[in-house]
Amino acid sequence: MSDATTYAVGGHREGFAATLREDNWWIGPVLTLVGLLAFVIYATWAAFAGNHYYTAPYLSPFYSPVVFTYTTAPGAAPLAHSWFGAWPAWWPAFLPASPALFILPFPGVFRFTCYYYRKAYYRAFSGTPPACAVGALPQKSYKGETAWMVFQNLHRYALYFALLFIAFLTYDAFISFFKDGKFGVGVGSIVLTLNVVFLTCFTCGCHAFRHLIGGKLDCFTCDAGSARRHGAWKRVSLLNARHMVWAWVSLFWVGFSDLYVRLVSLGIIKDLNTWN
Amino acid sequence: MAKTRKFRIWRGDEQAGDFQDYDVEVETGMVVLDAIHLIQAEQAHDLAVRWNCKAGKCGSCSMEINGKPRLSCMTRMNEYAPDETITVQPMRTFRVIKDLVCDVSWNYEQNKKIAPFKPGPRDADGNYRMKQDDVDRVQEFRKCIECFLCQDVCHVLRDHEQKEKFVGPRFMIRLAGLEMHPLDTADRIPKIKEEFGVGMCNITRCCTEVCPEHIGITDNGIIPLKERVVDRYYDPLRILWRKLTGKT
Ligand code: SF4
Ligand code: SF4
Ligand code: FES
Ligand code: FES
Repeated sequence: MSDATTYAVGGHREGFAATLREDNWWIGPVLTLVGLLAFVIYATWAAFAGNHYYTAPYLSPFYSPVVFTYTTAPGAAPLAHSWFGAWPAWWPAFLPASPALFILPFPGVFRFTCYYYRKAYYRAFSGTPPACAVGALPQKSYKGETAWMVFQNLHRYALYFALLFIAFLTYDAFISFFKDGKFGVGVGSIVLTLNVVFLTCFTCGCHAFRHLIGGKLDCFTCDAGSARRHGAWKRVSLLNARHMVWAWVSLFWVGFSDLYVRLVSLGIIKDLNTWN
Repeated sequence: MAKTRKFRIWRGDEQAGDFQDYDVEVETGMVVLDAIHLIQAEQAHDLAVRWNCKAGKCGSCSMEINGKPRLSCMTRMNEYAPDETITVQPMRTFRVIKDLVCDVSWNYEQNKKIAPFKPGPRDADGNYRMKQDDVDRVQEFRKCIECFLCQDVCHVLRDHEQKEKFVGPRFMIRLAGLEMHPLDTADRIPKIKEEFGVGMCNITRCCTEVCPEHIGITDNGIIPLKERVVDRYYDPLRILWRKLTGKT
């Protein structure tokens, strides 16, 4: 047991993933890896599909807002839903005519630079470290979030866009209660409404938001403005304390919302609603 | 009721060492430190272990138990299965002096680098005043017992050995407590970015996981400091605004 090549002074194991921990420390990183990979694969496939993202009155959140629409694709949004009308001629032929490609980079960057997801993928994908007191992937000169990783510091700009997208998705959720001008409720309306609720809980629990809304102040009680911001900071802090939970719930639900709209549009499942 | 439990304790010094096995009669309610004391009293009188309060408040008895950085006085024996061998080691990040005792003086050196609390002028009646809402936020950081378990587990110090570039989580929360203090007037942000190395932390939160005082080291201390550094050094619009208006 005391082989000097595997145990350093102090008896610690050396090398990647080496540890004397006896619990199942690897479950966390493995679940994270599987969960994130599954989402990325599905989202990429769904974004490149360019079809079956709309079935009145539901629009998949992956495709909202519809900047241009390629109306001949099956399950595409009608022209009236598109901000700038029909599909542009300048679009490169090697890329599919999918409006999601205009949209997904924004939430993608938001989640990629999120302080929670950073923890998740640094642990699960880059092994720095895979788990606590478990050997990190050896690196010649570890630089953390300095050097080329400084871009992570611009997370707040991704937040600004994410807040804007909540407005778009709220509008989509609202109109999902109206089919041909008639108010009603469908399973799809509930799915899209929950999507906005979960995304709002995730976005408003953002660490950058928590800082900007009030955390940056040194004094919470010095004037009426800072007292109001302190109140907001406390509420954001409540969501922030569960940021990981909202990160996963909202991630799963946004994917599920796309899948739901897709399956209804494909005719594989029938939307239960008050209109039919 | 006494039960025989198996221990594997690392014995040695800075040069070399080895695990040694001990069997010890453990009573109900004992903690790992009690068992180590029994071993020291009955079988290994020269076993070095640092402790003081036995109440989780002095921060002396930090070590690694079954691979996890823990306070040995707060780790109950009944957390482990009766037939489990309990492995005990010194902390990894610091130089071993003897057996379970490390030289943690590097931490005190880091502490000295931090500009101390510098309050502004007193109120007219000669007092300093601070409201409870402001106290609440910084009080969390004052719970630190300087056990240095967070420093031990932090992979920047532990695995990547970047002690020159990062002061570690314990001192990040000291800095956070000072920077967020409403009466403090010193500006530590430039040093937090450069010398103290907040950018070296990749917010993987192991410090928070091991802190026996349950301080939200990463979420309440380090991330807010990172955001303050962003305000000063990385946010292009804010930098432009400062240039144009001269305001902060
Ligand atoms: S969150 Fe940062 S300071 Fe804490 S252990 Fe991880 S890298 Fe170290
Ligand atoms: S912050 Fe927590 S883990 Fe770190 S030294 Fe203080 S009490 Fe110990
Ligand atoms: S920190 Fe997670 S969204 Fe900003
Ligand atoms: S002996 Fe004081 S904290 Fe354990």
